[in-house]
Amino acid sequence: MSTIVEARGLVRDYRMGDEIVHALRGVSLAVHEREHVAIVGPSGCGKSTLLNLLGVIDQPTSGELSIAGERVDRLSDSRATEFRLRRIGFVFQRFYLMQALTARENVELPLAEAGMAGAERRERAVELLDYVGLRKRERHRPSQLSGGEQQRVAIARALANRPSLLLADEPTGELDARTGAEMIALFERLNDDGTTIVVVTHDEELARAARRVVHMRDGEIVG
Amino acid sequence: MIATLAFASLRRHRARTALAVLGVAVSAAMLLDMVMLSTGMRESFRGLLLSQGFQLRLSPKGTLPFDTEATIRSADSIVALIRARPSVAAVSPVLGGQLHFPVGASTVTSTALGVDPSVQGDFELVAGRDPAAPDEIVANDATLRALGRSVGDTVRAAAGYDPQLRTLSGQRVLRIVGRVRFIYLALDQRAVALPIGTLRAMNGPASEGRASLAMVRVRTGVDVERERADLAAQLRMVTVISTSEALKQVDERLSYFRQLAVILGAVSLVVGFLLVTTLVTVSVNERIGEISVMRAIGVRRWRVVAQILLESSVLMLVASPIGLALGLVTARWLNSILASFPGLPERIDFFLFQPRAALTALGLLALSGVLAGLYPSWRGSSRPIAATLRQEAVG
Repeated sequence: MSTIVEARGLVRDYRMGDEIVHALRGVSLAVHEREHVAIVGPSGCGKSTLLNLLGVIDQPTSGELSIAGERVDRLSDSRATEFRLRRIGFVFQRFYLMQALTARENVELPLAEAGMAGAERRERAVELLDYVGLRKRERHRPSQLSGGEQQRVAIARALANRPSLLLADEPTGELDARTGAEMIALFERLNDDGTTIVVVTHDEELARAARRVVHMRDGEIVG
Repeated sequence: MIATLAFASLRRHRARTALAVLGVAVSAAMLLDMVMLSTGMRESFRGLLLSQGFQLRLSPKGTLPFDTEATIRSADSIVALIRARPSVAAVSPVLGGQLHFPVGASTVTSTALGVDPSVQGDFELVAGRDPAAPDEIVANDATLRALGRSVGDTVRAAAGYDPQLRTLSGQRVLRIVGRVRFIYLALDQRAVALPIGTLRAMNGPASEGRASLAMVRVRTGVDVERERADLAAQLRMVTVISTSEALKQVDERLSYFRQLAVILGAVSLVVGFLLVTTLVTVSVNERIGEISVMRAIGVRRWRVVAQILLESSVLMLVASPIGLALGLVTARWLNSILASFPGLPERIDFFLFQPRAALTALGLLALSGVLAGLYPSWRGSSRPIAATLRQEAVG
């Protein structure tokens, strides 16, 4: 299996007033194709910071990061945007769907950005909604969907452009236990179908579902 | 997709959008009014000067037409000289003065214009006919009302009146043959017109051969400015001005009006600009999480900016026609107030709608509105994605 993520000595420092916060202190990590990795650890240990770097929405202070064979630690804004569009799928704890758009339109958004034509785009969006079990809810707006349904739409949106890597930040954090369990099953199915997943979570059930668990503490991987 | 988001964003806060549209519309209306005001009087005056087709005006040396009571001596020979020029189509001499009409125990005084009825360009006939015979006169409504007379009646008129002795001089009995509207005089100003020979005769020997003004209509294709220069060189005892020169004089006299209009127009443009900037800034700040998510999932920065600019453009596009309508209504209202100032010709408009100027003004406002949205939208879409999402999650 080829390596999708290769991080070497990632350091991320933040300046907070006069103080410098060392969020990541030289993290090295490799994630292989079709892997399902859970990153766990106490709050403030740097999990989300690492996920942001892997998602190319932040840049490391130092260190090297390659995703799908491309160096991404020093990409320009426009190239980083293009990379995220084509290679990364993001699932957020709070779903972050566009409230003005329907479920299908939310899924269509990255497809439209990638330049896919209208009819093909709609077909792909419906296919993805079908995959996450929301075929019949395509015309509903986020406010008309439950939390679990919104998260499913967010997953469909993240999968829209067939990303190399699916990143999820506490995807069950806002869901009740039963819906959380459904979400875990969906992630397992996604992984079984070949999607490489890195998930940051406090949810032990979700972590157990991963094939590999990475423990972090104080900005470092400890196991 | 971007358009869907833009329209949805405008719909999301309907009251705010409506208020913004109204605010921009008021700003657009004010801008439009100021543009109309800055050119209105000038163009209106130009139309007035050219309405009868006379392009040149001769007045006593160093004066503007009817600026003083001075008259041109030997006006008849000057008129004959000009009429003899092949480039000239018509010459209309005008003698200004006053006539006094005894009505019961009192006297009604009226402006009197002595004209050549065959070529006159000072009045338009409303009813009756032009004064052809020496004892005929035409009057406007204000005079007829004051005299209590109508077309067909006769009146006694005098060129001179001594208020101390209450005596009239240069009296004639004249027959009112027409009801007219004077083009260059105020609507409420009492005025009459009669053959220039009659008025001269009533005034006495001092008026013989004199005129206050002569208007010249040149033939089609003749260079007006060259004709003016030729006449000015030939007739050194008079001032010859063309319509364009008269407009220059008007421009100088109206410069305060124009400056005021430009300043107020600029203020309304700035108000519109600030209104949209404020609105877009509030809107961007409110949606900063949504914008960061869009950026995180790969939506390009320029497309986020385009979405926000589309919103401000829609506001402008909706507000502009409303502003146009509002501007026209307010201009009409303001015009009716300003036009009622005493002494203004009936046809003078302060606000003149010129489609090109109006479109330019509204285009400028629309452009400023779009530009106003540029900075906040660019700034909003340039915020660090990870940090913004973290703040949103905490918030």
